[in-house]
Amino acid sequence: MYPRAFHYHRAGTLKEAASMLSELGDEAKLLAGGQSLIPLMKLRFANPTHLVDLNFIPGTSYTKEDNGAIRFGPLTRHAEIDSSAAAARIPIIHDCAAGIADVQVRNRGTIGGSLAEADPSGDWATVLLTLSTEVRCLGTKGERIVALADFIRDAYTTALEHDELLSEVVVKIPPEGSGGAYLAFKRSAPVYPTASAAVQLTMDGVVCQDAAIALGCVGLTPIKPKEAEAALRARPITAKAIATAVEAVRAAVDPQSDMRGSADYKRTLAGALVERAIEIAVRRARGEQVEVNHIYA
Amino acid sequence: MPETIEKVPIQLRVNGKPYSLRVEPRMLLVELLREELDLTGTHVGCDTTYCGACTVLMDGAAVKSCTIFAVQADGADLLTVEGLEKDGQLHPVQKAFGDSYGLQCGYCTPGLLLSTLQLFSENKEPTEKQMRKAIAGNTCRCTGYQNIFKAIQLAAQNMKDA
Repeated sequence: MYPRAFHYHRAGTLKEAASMLSELGDEAKLLAGGQSLIPLMKLRFANPTHLVDLNFIPGTSYTKEDNGAIRFGPLTRHAEIDSSAAAARIPIIHDCAAGIADVQVRNRGTIGGSLAEADPSGDWATVLLTLSTEVRCLGTKGERIVALADFIRDAYTTALEHDELLSEVVVKIPPEGSGGAYLAFKRSAPVYPTASAAVQLTMDGVVCQDAAIALGCVGLTPIKPKEAEAALRARPITAKAIATAVEAVRAAVDPQSDMRGSADYKRTLAGALVERAIEIAVRRARGEQVEVNHIYA
Repeated sequence: MPETIEKVPIQLRVNGKPYSLRVEPRMLLVELLREELDLTGTHVGCDTTYCGACTVLMDGAAVKSCTIFAVQADGADLLTVEGLEKDGQLHPVQKAFGDSYGLQCGYCTPGLLLSTLQLFSENKEPTEKQMRKAIAGNTCRCTGYQNIFKAIQLAAQNMKDA
């Protein structure tokens, strides 16, 4: 299958890429890892006239710790994040990076591309919404910093202006006593999840000081179930608190019936994934090493 | 739609051999390999980034060549199934797949061989779980995978003994 013909432009710097977007207009798109865009172009759902390739820009692939935060370069591949010190330090990041699709896709796909694509079934936005995450948006007029929650606007829609690109992802390192987990339910490795759940907790002994939950693939954007978070916050995590949170998750999600399952099925699934993720997050917050694997049908 | 599309000059190495070509931007890497370089061992299966039949190593990393444009391989070093045999001798991984009946129709095999090679480049003694994870992006519709796992284990053993 061939995409529609397009003009190819290779950017030498991120700034040059923004200028190219500005000059080429609405029919231009950026090419990062291409693991979402190229399939969409082959199906002719996406038909850009110009493609600006970011892959040859030096210095755009990194994870570095700096001032209490982890900074990810926009072109950092999932596989690099999987084996990074950041992933070893923040387990929910490892769960995400190590579980996206398969080896081949993780070798190409990028964190910046995943966030900027804003696919409702993507993994990174769901996970990073449970951490304190900001993205830097670079345009011809300069750079601005946007909280991830404000960046993701709708399905496939972000706060990026046409001549802007995502230039860095900045994730605050969670405080001591924190733990998180990300679990996806998938029919097989290469496909998007049927549903996914990210839970990040900060514990003070048995009491949960802070709780963040995000659900993937069950709405047009990742869903933050506020009542479920409130059900866990400022109290011990008991079976009753978990049951209340799970009930609130089922009420908050807004899934569509499709070939992966009915809306009811996904609602139940989201609740079950959150329940498991909470249990793992609590254990990790205590310092336990817990290995997480996505669940394959 | 643009009226005239400029071809883009690229240089790359495939199985150690240098090439200098001009390609249309929309040409996929797998088509470059198969149609331009006549290396038809890399297969097109699903053509939707699912099955992994088109897997090749690009600078040592397994990638699905149906989901990369040929222009993106500019400057890259590629390894395809044709580059595995040396001096008429099968690569130990190829030999193990044959000895363990790790293939039936063989359509997925080139991709599986290269995914296995990437696994060995990081981990010479993989556990079964690590093997499963390493080939999760390669679909085989014949074998049920059991003999493929045996083949990977045998290959690991043979390479250790060699």
